[in-house]
Amino acid sequence: MTVSAHEGEKPKARSRFKLDVRTLGPAAALILLCIVGFALNPAFLSEGNVINLLTRSAFIGIIAIGATFVITAGGIDLSVGSMAAVIAGVMIIAMNSAVESMGTGVPTILLGCGLSLILGIGAGWLNGVMTTRGKIEAFIVTLGTMGIYRSLVTYFANGGTLALDFDIRNTYRPVYYDSFFGLPVPVWVFAVVAIAGWVLLNRTAFGRYCMAIGSNEAVARYSAINVDRVKTMTYVIQGLCVSLATIIYVPRLGSASSTTGVLWELEAIAAVIIGGTILKGGYGRIGGTVIGALILTAIGNILNLTDIISNYLNGAMQGVIIIAAVWLQRGDFSRFRRAKK
Amino acid sequence: MNLSRTLGAVALGGLMAVSGAAVAQDEQITIGVSIPTPTHAWASGMNWHAEQAAARIEATYPNIDIVLVTSPDPSAQASALEDLVSVHQIDALVVLPFESEPLTDPVLNVKNSGAFITVVDRGLSQPGIEDVYVAGNNPQLGQASAEYFKTRLGDGDNIVILRGIPTVIDTERFDAFMAEIEGSGINVLDDEHANWNRDDGFEVMQDFLSRFPDIDGVWAQDDDIAIGVVEALRQAGREDEMFVVGGAGMKEIIRGIMDGDELIPIDVLYPPAMIATAMDVTVQKFVSNGPVEGRYILGATVVTQENAANFYFPDSPF
Repeated sequence: MTVSAHEGEKPKARSRFKLDVRTLGPAAALILLCIVGFALNPAFLSEGNVINLLTRSAFIGIIAIGATFVITAGGIDLSVGSMAAVIAGVMIIAMNSAVESMGTGVPTILLGCGLSLILGIGAGWLNGVMTTRGKIEAFIVTLGTMGIYRSLVTYFANGGTLALDFDIRNTYRPVYYDSFFGLPVPVWVFAVVAIAGWVLLNRTAFGRYCMAIGSNEAVARYSAINVDRVKTMTYVIQGLCVSLATIIYVPRLGSASSTTGVLWELEAIAAVIIGGTILKGGYGRIGGTVIGALILTAIGNILNLTDIISNYLNGAMQGVIIIAAVWLQRGDFSRFRRAKK
Repeated sequence: MNLSRTLGAVALGGLMAVSGAAVAQDEQITIGVSIPTPTHAWASGMNWHAEQAAARIEATYPNIDIVLVTSPDPSAQASALEDLVSVHQIDALVVLPFESEPLTDPVLNVKNSGAFITVVDRGLSQPGIEDVYVAGNNPQLGQASAEYFKTRLGDGDNIVILRGIPTVIDTERFDAFMAEIEGSGINVLDDEHANWNRDDGFEVMQDFLSRFPDIDGVWAQDDDIAIGVVEALRQAGREDEMFVVGGAGMKEIIRGIMDGDELIPIDVLYPPAMIATAMDVTVQKFVSNGPVEGRYILGATVVTQENAANFYFPDSPF
């Protein structure tokens, strides 16, 4: 089938070699970054720091796995950071107000989590329906919802900070801070979401539909794929991922404000692209996204662990490393293509 | 809302004319207050205090009408200033400029309309426009914090610093802190920007904890950062090894100090209520016979368990 013809690459037909280069690019960048980190400060590879790093990358990582589906199917979602903030805010308000009737135990927390899932899926569905049925560009729809969610959380918090009731917080706290078999809960959630995402993208018809739509939506439509439904589903998956990330975010600091989740959307998109997924759609890599999220978190971590670079240049260092990481994989890839021609 | 408020004021003014009881002056005074829309907790605290002050002033002086306008960005604030002059014909302006440069000319235009100008917190880029300037004291915030560290720590003790967003405010606080701490023998292990934000405070502190086995004190500079720092300390189980000093005067932190929290024993004020001070000073221009023009630099008061109750506003969002 010639679904992906306009991208100049076919997902299955090409040799396995190209796929390996794509996988190795981000992984090589991560290993290189780890070596640099260790050389700058041996504490980088200490058990505590590695666990901090993995736990921290869970938020962006989980959101980025959802973003992999959206981007693979040729869409974009800019609203995820604001969505996370507003879901966190509503969760906190709901749990606080449920204290009187339901107490400060597990049921209240389950109520908050349930609400988070409903809101996440609902918000994702709205984004999806507006882009597909409403025929508005995803960039505009999600730019709009980004602004809406951001002002809603500011409004709910009265411009300040929403804080979770102290007693509920003590019940909820273990969801972020406790460990199973040596790894904190958020890392396990990240792992489970990553595996589920990988299976869905690589081993199901749905995943192949996403790639087909991202490659060429018109051809996908003629191939009897229900394009609107599949695209909407990618936004629903994104919303679900945001709500899962929020469920593990809230117990960390027990608060939400208008500064919660600022720029998470760009970090998530960056993680996806660093991981080898194509921004224009048609090709997605869950494994790469996981590595992309780890790279982004590791950069910030390494910059905090050393003082050889002026604090004012942190952003510049991040920029350089992100570009270099993508170049590492695309560089090889384009040379390979030129050799073929 | 503004209309009804104006109507209310007009009605009150009418009543007053009937009864013939002039409080200070017979003429109606309109004071415009222009502040940024709250986007973070400190600014929303300021908003709350502005509303409180407006209600209190209007209740005390029936001939004074306060028009409170919030604007989401510098250009909206410039338009708001024009409206205050043309629509409300203000006699005085209290303004907290979004940014100094873009708002200098708009404020100058208000000045040229004959209004009395009070500038709060962020100075204009051209001197001499404002009649009254009210601001917190950023260098003193750094200095007062450093003085406290010197009382608790001595030669060979280690501290780390979490800074705010890289801006002049942050630099002034940081430089004054470093100048005061110099020569005390206290080692500043490192400083990193935590952007006046809880999440960043948490992550930066986690990294400081992995990096330095021996830390005796943390200067977080801001209460939001301090909250993130405390969470990181609890996670690492190291909250007994050190103390944390924030800044600004968030109600949760003040509450903790009242209750004798040992982890955050003091706070240094950079009070959002400074807008109320500015409004009060401006009102005095019209009701008092004393001169009010000048610069009012509020002290960076150190809040301890003894005086914390004076700075605790449970209803404020900050």
